[in-house]
Amino acid sequence: MKQTETRKPRASRLTLFLTFSRISLSAFGGALFWARRGLVEQQRWLTDREFVELLTLGQLLPGPNVLNLAVMVGYRFAGWTGAAAAGAGFLGWPCLVVVAMGVFYQYYGALPLVHRALAGMSIVAAALLLGTVIKLAMVLPREWRPWVFAALAFVGVGVMRWPLLWIIGTLAPVAIFAAWREKA
Amino acid sequence: MGRVDLVALFLHFLVLWFVAIGGPSTILPEVHRYVVDVNHFLTNTEFAEIYTLAQVAPGPNAMYVTLIGWYIAGWAGVAATTIPLMIPATTLTLFVGHLNDRYPHAPIARAIRRGLPPIAIGLSLASVMILMRAVNHDWRGYLITLITVAVVLRTSWNPLWLLAGGALLGVLGLV
Repeated sequence: MKQTETRKPRASRLTLFLTFSRISLSAFGGALFWARRGLVEQQRWLTDREFVELLTLGQLLPGPNVLNLAVMVGYRFAGWTGAAAAGAGFLGWPCLVVVAMGVFYQYYGALPLVHRALAGMSIVAAALLLGTVIKLAMVLPREWRPWVFAALAFVGVGVMRWPLLWIIGTLAPVAIFAAWREKA
Repeated sequence: MGRVDLVALFLHFLVLWFVAIGGPSTILPEVHRYVVDVNHFLTNTEFAEIYTLAQVAPGPNAMYVTLIGWYIAGWAGVAATTIPLMIPATTLTLFVGHLNDRYPHAPIARAIRRGLPPIAIGLSLASVMILMRAVNHDWRGYLITLITVAVVLRTSWNPLWLLAGGALLGVLGLV
């Protein structure tokens, strides 16, 4: 008897919801680290390689990277409702926490002490993003073309402050076409 | 606060999330332009502080848009900025994920995988510049920026420790 069918692991919607809730609620400072830990090391739903593949896809698709990953994992294990359960677990709790912080900010944001602490943290938050962007940029191929597209996007949106839609609408098709030609 | 056009807010964020390749920092410049420069919902400093609060909270970094929504229009604002965030993930992502499982070696897929990342990186760098302009007022800010980046590139410390350090420096009046 031939067993060519790939093994199709299942997970209940409740497990999906709880797993992504836990990932999300422990995800201080970005969800990526905790997502890998939860999905690859603890639940063993994905191998490292599968995780990277789904994550890369999640990064290229619009929207929060790990949310895209959560939805694809949920779908793979339990179909549409699984995707919804994973997404709800991943986004629901942070949404409530963030609103609680918003209430806090509205009441106490004007206090000098809170304001100074936030000012200090804001500098670090911007720098954290810069560090992450540098890490990502180091993975780009050592050719001139990717850097031209990166520079055009940066200048158009950051310096000229043109609307994002124009920039992406112009640059994305050209960049994809250029990459396509490269292969041929 | 009562005169916020929630439908316009919702539609604006919906369109933005559909082009948010590379994640939430890609659209930060446009969110900033829309809520600070065009509509004056927030000041530059408020924008930076709200972004920071969302980074301190658990969960994906994208939650800064939820907090902006809350600040502009309460629960209705939360819905107007957060629901659009889920729509690309539940439609486009599932569709493309399905196609990708089926045709992983299609030339167009490879071209997209190679072509788009540089744009996402350029846009994220624009986000960094906008945030740095809002928060760095003198050389001390840039010094902290430099140290933080060095730590991020050379260690795998949890970013929360760095944020806590920034808060401490702020409380002590050093920045």
